[in-house]
Formats: sequence, structure tokens, C-alpha cells
Amino acid sequence: MMTTVERAANWARTRSMFPATFGLACCAIEMMATGAAHYDLARFGMEVFRASPRQADLMIVAGRVSQKMAPVLRQVYDQMPDPKWVISMGACASTGGMFNNYALVQGVDQVVPVDIYVPGCPPGPQSLMHGILTLHDKIMAGEIVR
Amino acid sequence: MDDEQTVKTEGGRPPANPETETLDIWVAGTEEPEFHPTDEGTQELGPDESDDRLDDQFGRVVADDYLFDDEVAEEERTVLNMGPQHPSTHGVLRLHLELEGETIRRTKPIIGYLHTGMEKTAEQLTFSQGPTNVTRMDYLAPLHGELGYSLAVERLLDVEVPPRAAAIRILMTELNRIASHLVALATNGMDIGALSMMIYGFRERESILAFFEKTTGLRMNHNYIRPGGVAADLAPGWKDDVAAILDDLPKRLRQYDDLLEKNPIWLARTKGVGVISPEEAIAYSITGPILRATGVDWDLRKAFPYSGIDQYEFEVPVGENGDVYDRYRVRVEEITESLKIVEQVMDTMPKGDYRIGDRKITPPPRARIDESMEALIHHFKLFTEGFKVPEGETYVAVESPRGELGCYVVSDGQARPYRMHTRAPSFYNLQGLPIAMADSLVADTIATIASMDPVMGDVDR
Amino acid sequence: MSPILAKLAERFESVTWEESHGQDVARVPGENWEAFARAAKESGFEVCADVTAVDRMRSRPERYEVVASLLSMSHRVRLRMITAVGRENPSVASLTPLWPGAGYAEREVYDMFGIGFEGHPDLTRILMPDDWEGYPLRKDFAVGSVPVQFKMSHQVN
Repeated sequence: MMTTVERAANWARTRSMFPATFGLACCAIEMMATGAAHYDLARFGMEVFRASPRQADLMIVAGRVSQKMAPVLRQVYDQMPDPKWVISMGACASTGGMFNNYALVQGVDQVVPVDIYVPGCPPGPQSLMHGILTLHDKIMAGEIVR
Repeated sequence: MDDEQTVKTEGGRPPANPETETLDIWVAGTEEPEFHPTDEGTQELGPDESDDRLDDQFGRVVADDYLFDDEVAEEERTVLNMGPQHPSTHGVLRLHLELEGETIRRTKPIIGYLHTGMEKTAEQLTFSQGPTNVTRMDYLAPLHGELGYSLAVERLLDVEVPPRAAAIRILMTELNRIASHLVALATNGMDIGALSMMIYGFRERESILAFFEKTTGLRMNHNYIRPGGVAADLAPGWKDDVAAILDDLPKRLRQYDDLLEKNPIWLARTKGVGVISPEEAIAYSITGPILRATGVDWDLRKAFPYSGIDQYEFEVPVGENGDVYDRYRVRVEEITESLKIVEQVMDTMPKGDYRIGDRKITPPPRARIDESMEALIHHFKLFTEGFKVPEGETYVAVESPRGELGCYVVSDGQARPYRMHTRAPSFYNLQGLPIAMADSLVADTIATIASMDPVMGDVDR
Repeated sequence: MSPILAKLAERFESVTWEESHGQDVARVPGENWEAFARAAKESGFEVCADVTAVDRMRSRPERYEVVASLLSMSHRVRLRMITAVGRENPSVASLTPLWPGAGYAEREVYDMFGIGFEGHPDLTRILMPDDWEGYPLRKDFAVGSVPVQFKMSHQVN
């Protein structure tokens, strides 16, 4: 049961989520393409990719996370203030992708808690947008309680 | 105060002169008896402080920061860490900067944050699965990576692809060069402040990516150029799509020139910034647009032509000063030259097979599998075990948008490479970054990194 | 063989020359590595395009091969130099004093194979974390794959 205040808060959080730039590899290019003119993210209030994690609430882990990068990922996640959400974009971020080897963390959920997994290698802008909108729906419905 | 009429009050302030001052907010003599203000808060400007520094602060004189060139000892330099998560470092590049004020004295790039163990993975994948791996190294020019790998494997097999396959390969790689340079221009512009370049660059890229999706099935990381030819023939109606791109792009390039070419802010931020001399570039194994911007006329498409590119006429743009502006100019002109090549390929595309007929290397057409047992067996063997490549080693290089992209493949007669190594252009180009950034300002760092156009997937593999 | 390579061949008798699929390869003994490289640079090979290594395990008498690809822009010639490096304390002379561009590549070979380069200004790990143990591209370093259901992960034998 959500009170009106919670519903209003969820509505506000959904309508202007600021993503933190965490573009690592090929998925980052598709993330940039999603923010660009053709598949506009600005219509959802999200085109401002905050460089500083302190000002962001969504972390889209776009790309493969290597062993050297994992502590940095965790540090950036910890620096984000609550409420925060994580989208794991692409196969490499979700499960290690095609690189099942010593160098990659096999799935970013070993390091940070993930809310939405977007499959694809790389996921096209439409897939990423579907993932983002699903996250919006989940927050609006109160499934993710922070 | 020398005035005889001054009465020393407890506040230390001369009393209000009723002839000159009518309004006096603080009436002397009305303080509390115990009130003793001190001199601690007051700032007396002594005579030794009124020098150029003060003049500069007060705006009486506008001077350059370089005037105050104090000698700072090496231990007193500020160490600034930039990255690995930073909007302007083009991926996960970490820079360790030693600063004296705003001037950078020493730079050390620290890489490895995107190391994926691709060379180890390549030893697990068959030769026809290899392009899926190589394509994700330089993810902005995936077709070039696949081309280098396929050419190396074909050399080990001692086979030649049919002319149509070679022409399709050139068409796709030159379009890829255009798409990659558009991203370089977009990020270059955005980092320096021309935010609309980001929108323009990615907008143009969409039309090329739509063509790639139609032909290869994917917008990026295509796995299209495989040993033996290409994976599928061009889609019907491809000429109209390519003609639309050829029509549209030159107009857009003129739009970029309107925005940037004579823009005084752009010129001030890019001319004379991040200079590399030709000798330094050659010594540090820098190739590609960065080398050509310094004035060295070296392009692998002209020097060691591959895949029949010598049948097409095009020029190689060469810069003069080796600064950020020249690199930007070389990239814009390379887009125009690539458009010329694409037009020639479109006009002269030969007919024929898009891959070698040798069924031991390339799979048979799907329809044949229903008809012929042999086709079924070939298909099965190729996709489970893969084709075996005779023993040997070779190194083949192609000209990617970043420079010499080479592939060193060692085979020991099995279906998987014994060792696959990619000579990544960005890995070597990054060695020129400390040279380009020596004794420049922090703000120029961003412009310089953007102009070196590093792709960290290539650097770290 | 191109004329500048022929001249190099005359100067060094201990070097064996082969042709591998149309490319010239010089097999240089370890002790002549630096001298041969210097001579090559003086003959016109201005650019060291690549330095890498191959782990031959037991198939050759010496375990590792260090491969350097040189490029001469003025003569449009490529040359590949290969030297064999042994199993115990593998080490070879560094090419960085001659071509600074080989710096990162040699660091990568050290990081991935554990081959030392004498004379390298900064031989530290470059791709793996600084406290990583082991040399990933050696054949006895497992690929490190995680078992995946319903998929036969290929193992290195």
C-alpha cells in the first residue's frame, strides 16, 4: 500500500532520473547514441549525464568490468546518494558476456546490486530504453522500495 | 590623525563632523563602557604588498599567469588523478598528472581498466569465431579489426577471396571509417564545449549504422568479415541506401565547418595545442591521423594496399603542425576521401561470390543443406570443430581510423589459433600523450586526449 | 629479399632468415638481439611497429619467442625479428632505448608472460592490477572460466 506521498515521490524520482556516466566499452557508444538526437533520452528527463556520482541517481554500467575496474565501480556506487538504481547494460555487465575468463568480473551483480539487466551485445538504443522505462514502471509501482 | 579637533574616543573613530557629515550611523561615544574593539580583524595594506599581484587582482592590469613563474621544486608539485571514471577520458583511461599551478609538468597514463583477456579468449575460439572476439577490441572500427584478422588467417591458408568479397570489405570498412571519425568529431567537439557536435555526429552515424544493420544484422560489433569472405551478401537495394548516405553527408560536413572551422573559440582552443613533432611521432610508433597531422605522409592503404584498395582513387590528407586543430582537420578530410572511395566501390562493384567456394573453409548455403549430404557434413564440421589452418605465423596490418591495426596470428595446425595478438593503434598512440601534454595547461589536456581519440577497448584488449 | 635486408644479412651470420607467407623473418640469437636491432634501425627501420611474445611450451627447445615487427617507411619494407628465450628467468634486451614506442609493448609482454627486458625504463605491470600474481598468457595459466550450465567451455590442454 502506497501513500499518496510515496506515490508522488516515486513519480518525481521517475520523471527526472540523472544517469551517472559509467560508460566502459562498446555499450557506452550505444548509450551515447540513446542520448543523442535519434533515440532521444531527453524526453524522459534523462539526457543530463552527471559526471559526478554525488549528483546522479542512476548508474548504467555500460560495458565490461575488469578486475582492475571493480573497486572503482564499487567506489562510484558508494558515492551515489540514496535513492539509487543500477542498470546492468549489455551481456558483459550482466554475466561476463562472451569473455568467460580471468580478466572480467562475471556479472556486475557480484559488485553492486542490480535492478534491471538489459541483454544484448551491444543492446540497441531501443533495448536500453525499454530497460529504462521498465525501471521507471517498477519504481512507480512501488516494487523497488528504498 | 593630526587634526587638533580630533577627540580620542573609546571607539578610536573620529567623531562625526556636523559640517560635512549629516548622517552618521555609528555615533561615537554611545558604545558600551566595556567595549574595546581590537585591531585583529583589520587588514592593513602594507606598502610591500602593492605590487603587480595586487594590480592584477584589482583589475588595474590584466596579466598572464605565466608572469608569476615561480620555481616549484619537484616534490612540491600537485598530483592530480584524472579518471578512470571521468566524462572526458573516452573510456576508462586514468591519468596521473603532476602540476605546477595550472601547468602540467609530467603525465603518466595508467591503463588496464578495460583489460578483457581477449588474446587468451582467442585461443579458445575457432578461426571462424575469431572475428567475434577481434571486433570488440576497437569497438568504433569493428570491421577493421575483423578485416585484419581475416586477412591474416587467409594468408596462413594461402587463399584469395573473390573480387566481390574484397570490394564489399572495402565498402564496409570505409563506411566504418566515416562512422568512427564522426564519433571522434562528436566527442572532440563535446569535450571542448561545442555540445551540438555530439548531436550532429551521432545523427549522421545513425544512417550509416542503419545500413550496417541491414547488411550485417547488427549496429556495432558485426562479425561480418570472416576468413573466406564476408558472412552474407549485400542486401537488395543497397545502392539506394549508399547513395542516400553519399548525398547527405557532404551537406552535413559543411554544417560542421560552419560551426567549427572559423569559430574563434575553437581555433583558440585547438591551434597550437598538444603539438607532436614528426620525429617524436615516428619514434613513439604513432600512426594514423595523428601521424599524418604532423606532416608525415604515411597511410597503409597506399603503402601496403590490402583487399584491392589500390584500384580506387583517393588522396591522403596530411597536416602541418601536429596540433589538435590539424588532427581535427585531417579527420574531416578523411571523411571526404572515404566518401569518394565508397562512391567508386558502389559504381564498380563486381558480381560474383561473396565468399570463397572452398567448402572446407566457408559454410555452404543454407538451402543446400537440405539437398546434399556433403553440404550438411561440411556445415556440421565447420560449426562444431572449425577448419584447420596449416602451421605458420604471419602479421597483417590494415589502416584503421586510429592507425596501423595489425594482427599477428600463430597457428599450429589446429582449428584454434595458437596465439593471436593484435597490434592496437591506440595502445601506441597513447605513448604520445605525455609528449603532447608536456608543459601545457590542464584545460588543454581535455582537448589533447580528445584529439588522440583513444579507444580503450583497443588499448587494453 | 629487399636490398637493405640483404645488407643486414651480410653483417650478421648468426641470424637465420626465412620467408613466412611472403614476409621476411629473421631468427636472431638472444645475445645479438640488441645489436641486430640497432643495425636494422640504422639501415632505415625507423618504426618498431609491435613487440609481442609466444609461449611455445614444450614444442621448442626454448620456451618463449619474442617477436618484434619493424617497419621502414622510407623503403616500404617490413621485417620481423624473432628470438627464442629460455624457461628459467626469461629475459631479453629491451628495444626501448632504440625505439621509445616499444615501451608499452614490452611492459605488456612482461605483464602477460613474465619475460624481463633489460634496459627498460619502467618495467611494471600495465594491464593487470599491480598485485596480480601469475602471467596470464602463459600456456600453463588457465583461462579462468566460470562453469556455465549447458555449455561446454573449451579448456586449454
